[in-house]
Amino acid sequence: MIRVQTEDFDVGAELRALIGANHAIGGVVTFTGVVRASADDGGVSAMTLEHYPAMTRRELDKIERTANQRWNLEASLIIHRHGRLELGEQIVLVITAAAHRGDAFAASEFLIDWLKTSAPFWKLEETAGGDRWVAARAADDEAAARWTEKPETTRGE
Amino acid sequence: MKVLYFAWLRERAGVAHETVSPPAAINTVAKLLDWLKQRSPRHAEALADLRVVRVAVNEEYAMAEDAVGPNDEIALFPPVTGG
Repeated sequence: MIRVQTEDFDVGAELRALIGANHAIGGVVTFTGVVRASADDGGVSAMTLEHYPAMTRRELDKIERTANQRWNLEASLIIHRHGRLELGEQIVLVITAAAHRGDAFAASEFLIDWLKTSAPFWKLEETAGGDRWVAARAADDEAAARWTEKPETTRGE
Repeated sequence: MKVLYFAWLRERAGVAHETVSPPAAINTVAKLLDWLKQRSPRHAEALADLRVVRVAVNEEYAMAEDAVGPNDEIALFPPVTGG
C-alpha cells in the first residue's frame, strides 16, 4: 500500500492497522525519515518537498511490487509526505511485515534505498542564507545499486 | 508534446510546463533536449549540464536514445532527493 500526502502520520496507528488480524505476521520493521538540521552546516530551518505526482505513484507502486516479489512479506506500507516540513517533522514511513524478521529487515532497507533514488521527490531547504535545492548523494546511489547485484536469499528464522 | 520541469530546472527555465511542437526529426530524448535549449536563454541555462538532468517519458525514466513523439509527456528534473 502506498500513500503520498501532505498530512503527518501516526506510526503506531499505521502499524496496528497494517497488522490488523493477520496472525501470519511475526515481525514488523518500521523506518521513519525525519527532517534534520543538515549534515554540513546545521543551518536548515525547514524544507519543502516537491514531487511529480503521477510518476511518484507509479514508481512507489513499482518498488513495492518488487519488494513483494523478492521477499516473503505479509504486508507493506509506504507513506511519503510532500509540501513544507519543519525540523523534526516526519517525512517518510516504510513498514514491512513478515512471518520472520529477515524478510522484514531486508525489504525495509531495499524499499528506502530504492525510494531515495527513484521516486521523483526534490527537497528545497530553507537556510539563513536563502533557499537551496538538496543535491543527490552518491552514497544513496551506491546503497540502491547493491540491490541490483545478486538477489538476497531469504533469511527466515 | 507536453514538457514538464521540476525543482531547479523549473526555476532556471522559468516555466513549469509548456506545450511544444518540435519538427518530426526531433524524435529522441537527446535531440529534444538540444532543441529545447534553443527556446530561450533560460532554457539553455537550465539544460546546460545534462549530467544533472533526468528525463521521464510518460512517467517512466528514459535514456538519451529513447524515442519521443507528439503525444508524449516529457518530464525534466534533477536527480531525485526524496526519502
